Amino acid sequence: MTTPFVILAVVAIGGAVAAMTMRKLVHCALALAVCFVGLAGLYLDLSAQFVGLVQILVYVGAVVILIVFAILLTRNDELPAQTGRTRFAGVGVSAVVFAVLAWAVTAGGAKMGAAGTPPEAAIKDIGGALMQRFVLPLEVVGLLLTAALIGAVVIAMEEKQSTR
Amino acid sequence: MNPLASCLMVSALLFSVGLGGALTRRSSILVLVGIELMLNAANLNFIAFWRYGPHPEALTGILFVIFAIAIAAAEAAVGLALILAIYRHSKTTDVNRLDAMKG
Repeated sequence: MTTPFVILAVVAIGGAVAAMTMRKLVHCALALAVCFVGLAGLYLDLSAQFVGLVQILVYVGAVVILIVFAILLTRNDELPAQTGRTRFAGVGVSAVVFAVLAWAVTAGGAKMGAAGTPPEAAIKDIGGALMQRFVLPLEVVGLLLTAALIGAVVIAMEEKQSTR
Repeated sequence: MNPLASCLMVSALLFSVGLGGALTRRSSILVLVGIELMLNAANLNFIAFWRYGPHPEALTGILFVIFAIAIAAAEAAVGLALILAIYRHSKTTDVNRLDAMKG
């Protein structure tokens, strides 16, 4: 566990906690951007450069902006968090999930993971894999993105008053 | 703790934070944000296993994450469009008040 890893992990988790606990929605969206930048740094630290840059482009550049636009287009009436039993149950469920995951990691993950030499993932290799071995999934993702684009426009489009 | 285990622990923490937020926040936009956080925790797991796994030259983890990011972006676009449509219909994004289909 190196120092950059600890710093980036603290940034990512702190951003996530802030995004899920702050009161104003816009602050939540900005904290989410901080969390995604921290995650991109973690990917760079794990020597996955391409994924780190894609994370910044797609998440910080597109998804957070989309969320900010959704906040702008809906009335921002500062909903408080759930109260009483619902909140208690939600926090309890997530704590139990974390306990189970942490137990699984500490009990089973100790055998692998010697920090060897960082693997090479040149962008040329990724492009070659996308064009040869993974060309069918790539086409399916293209189709899915087209369908999502059309679907999002159709769903969010203002319904016209039926004149006749 | 070895590097893989610490990566997995960060990812588990991120997943739990996202799950807790998705279950306890009342704004439907923030529920979507919690789901995005959980997806990102899964992506971090893929990258960690690719980095410390036995066959990093296969690039499977990286390509899986790229496809997952594309699908998450599509999901966010459609989800926010749905939230906008629901808001236009019922003038609220409070998940407690969107109970028209409650049995």
